[in-house]
Amino acid sequence: MINKTVRDVSEALEGVHDGMTFMLGGFGLSGIPENAISELVRLNLKNLTCISNNAGVDDFGLGLLLQKKQINKMISSYVGENAEFERQMLSGELDVELTPQGTLAAKCQAAQQGFPAIYTPAGYGTEVAEGKETREFNGKMYVLEEAYKADFAFVKAWKGDKAGNLIFKGTARNFNPVMCGAATITVAEVEELVEPGELDPNQIHIPGIFVQRIFQGKDYEKRIEQRTVRQK
Amino acid sequence: MLDKNGIAKRIAQEVKDGYYVNLGIGIPTLVANFVRDDIEVEFQSENGILGMGPFPFEGEEDADLINAGKQTITALPGASYFDSAMSFGMIRGQHVDLTILGAMEVAENGDIANWKIPGKMVKGMGGAMDLVASAENIIVAMMHTNRAGESKLLKRCTLPLTGVGCVTKIVTNLAVLEVTDKGFKLLERAPGVGVEEIKEATEGTLIVEGEIPEMQI
Repeated sequence: MINKTVRDVSEALEGVHDGMTFMLGGFGLSGIPENAISELVRLNLKNLTCISNNAGVDDFGLGLLLQKKQINKMISSYVGENAEFERQMLSGELDVELTPQGTLAAKCQAAQQGFPAIYTPAGYGTEVAEGKETREFNGKMYVLEEAYKADFAFVKAWKGDKAGNLIFKGTARNFNPVMCGAATITVAEVEELVEPGELDPNQIHIPGIFVQRIFQGKDYEKRIEQRTVRQK
Repeated sequence: MLDKNGIAKRIAQEVKDGYYVNLGIGIPTLVANFVRDDIEVEFQSENGILGMGPFPFEGEEDADLINAGKQTITALPGASYFDSAMSFGMIRGQHVDLTILGAMEVAENGDIANWKIPGKMVKGMGGAMDLVASAENIIVAMMHTNRAGESKLLKRCTLPLTGVGCVTKIVTNLAVLEVTDKGFKLLERAPGVGVEEIKEATEGTLIVEGEIPEMQI
């Protein structure tokens, strides 16, 4: 077993610095790497480029980094839940690259799997495809989208072992698996870190080879963005 | 004339036994309430679930189980979870049978605009561009006209496009229409709505052939 464990979040983030590009897992506030985000806020890094499907809400998730004006550029598919984000975007302080959600996932996965680029039909004929190479396959048009390059990927899993193997829970899985191994260093935080052998190899979602550092996260808030219920 | 629930009710008739269906936010979400209970349908939410169930009972909400609108949901027996790449693989690979989504504008050639109004805050396209570029069977659920009373069924879209030549059917508060090579073909009228009223509210080419039946809902 190759041991990937690090002591805590501060050791997990060793080597991060201003101006880096980060991938952050999560959809809305579900499955976001809460511990890594808190540490990035504490370190007060600046001029960051963040690749993440959403940008959090004003006082949670990536919204915490936005509050401190740590993010220079945001690459996302949907950013509607954050007033501070809107303010920075409209004032020109924040550069925003909106990308179709499936394309965003594919560009992460391409980086993970060694493809320099992929063809997707999404966005063909729209402003998303402007300036990009297009090509016809079997009578349909596709847009060439290049794999992302990132310095760190921060992901959150439900369970992990010391070898870096990961299991996700429910729809908190989302972008986390496709970001593993898609950056130079992948940092996984887990709700439960166990000994090798405790996780059934049949049930592993992401093999440890895609993870460089793993640590037991703490104090998860797991905030719900839209609490919807029905009556009994 | 139909209200939002009426539109959802009519669209629910398009959902067939054995379909995997992706529902967008807004009116499309309501469709799930009206699908016949004697057929088997699975709802996909692009954040990573097939077999999405109703909202949870109070106290049973789970932060790790939400839909694409970030609402808490439940999973039905036979449900599965997957990552975002696989989710859009299902969509791009045309494994999802029916996509229902809202729109700001639809053009008579099947173009759709539903993500951006220049000069206003842009929230993003989310999964809409992937959905419309890939799905073979796309139904748009929307009001026939906007708040200013202007037609949303146009010769050409004026807003930035979400996808080109992709919409197959439109259900509005006034009518059911099919997108054909020659324009919007009127299939059905909403209860109490006449053909003239639909013509007035449609800027794009409207094809009216023979007697147009009233919707059965």
